[in-house]
Amino acid sequence: MNDIYDGLHAAFWLVVTLDAQLIEISLRSLQVSLTALVIASAIALPLGTFLAIRRFRLRRLTISLLNALMGLPPVVVGLIVYILLSRSGPFGVLGLLFTPTAMIIAQVIIITPLIASITHQAMRELWAEYHDLLISLNTSGGQRVRTLIWDGRRTLLTAALAGFGRAIGEVGAIMIVGGNIDNATRVLTTAIALETGKGDFALALALGFVLIALAIGVNIAIHWLSRTESEGRW
Amino acid sequence: MSILPLTLRDVSVRRRGKRLIGPVDLRLDGAGLTMILGPNGSGKTTLLRVMHGVERLSSGAVVWSVPDVQARHRQAYVFQTPIMLRRSVADNLAYPLKLAGTLRSEVTERTAIWAERIGLADRMSLPAPRLSGGEKQKLALARALIRAPDVLFLDEPCANLDGASTGEIEALLHTALAQGTRIVMTTHNLGQAKRLGNEVIFMLRGQIHEQGLAERTFDAPQTPELAAFFRGDIIP
Repeated sequence: MNDIYDGLHAAFWLVVTLDAQLIEISLRSLQVSLTALVIASAIALPLGTFLAIRRFRLRRLTISLLNALMGLPPVVVGLIVYILLSRSGPFGVLGLLFTPTAMIIAQVIIITPLIASITHQAMRELWAEYHDLLISLNTSGGQRVRTLIWDGRRTLLTAALAGFGRAIGEVGAIMIVGGNIDNATRVLTTAIALETGKGDFALALALGFVLIALAIGVNIAIHWLSRTESEGRW
Repeated sequence: MSILPLTLRDVSVRRRGKRLIGPVDLRLDGAGLTMILGPNGSGKTTLLRVMHGVERLSSGAVVWSVPDVQARHRQAYVFQTPIMLRRSVADNLAYPLKLAGTLRSEVTERTAIWAERIGLADRMSLPAPRLSGGEKQKLALARALIRAPDVLFLDEPCANLDGASTGEIEALLHTALAQGTRIVMTTHNLGQAKRLGNEVIFMLRGQIHEQGLAERTFDAPQTPELAAFFRGDIIP
């Protein structure tokens, strides 16, 4: 109980005093996770929508694979990205290992199936509702995808936020490909793991509280900006 | 140049081994409103969907006077249960115009005109799914007519609507007819068929059983089945 109290106390002072290191780590966490979210959404939203509206061979297999990839172990993703980006790997020449870019790549791989799968479920229902109208209006494939994404944007926001939640709380993969280097690749989750390992539970808890506050804050901000619960909207 | 005549040649539609309609031969030309009548399950809606090109044919052909790509853009369809996009009234009206790449100023102008015509000018920003049944159907009809189609297909547009809403829908149809739109419509409402129809097609067991000018057909049906249908008898 004392650890939790000390953690709350430490978190309060870290935030009130605008601790430089905390700010830096928090901003890097946000930068990495939000960038990964934007890239993953750009891939997953059209992909999930496409899978909802198009019939093609191996479609069921693709959807099953996508659903299975939602449970992709982050440590394995980290390991594979590490091997690909290491000096002896095929992309070693790019020198991306132990950089925030490598962390973003790992997070994109982890959250894309999650966002695409939720998108597919949501878009399948919307497509069933819109199918006859959009066929009747002779819309092109691109117009259908754009219409569904726009009209289903509030549901898709939930998919994106689920992806963000997984990204911001992820530790295994980014620890491997980022290396938890101070002033370079350290983020909130890797810092928490480090402080816990050092036995500084108060600081670890403080960082944990900041991480939770950050995740909740981003969720509320996005909901508020998109006015999901406003009167007169869906 | 109109996309008419529309010709259906030996058309049939089968699903899971069951024949829904066919064989059907039909030529649609001229002006006015054609009413498709028939008991439940006779194939009225399937025939309408075949004409509109949204139902896959098992055999036969549907031929317009212009290439299919052009014909598809110059016809519209209103469903029995109106499908509302999860957007505002204005955005629902604007949607077909935006698909066609219409200039933004023209979209705004035509949207305002049609919203006024259907009495929703003061609710342009309201989410369309929140409208009443009658308002939704008027909006669906306006959305279909906003691109001034050559041919309009309507699948029981007034089913489940009250008298006032039905009257408003019929007024819109009269305006569309006066502006040269060819209308094909299914209905269960014989009164409405008499009020609006210029021509009648009677469907029975997936085939066109009788076809003729409305006035003559209502006065003197040529087949005992249509006479029984007009009397309100159950037709096996």
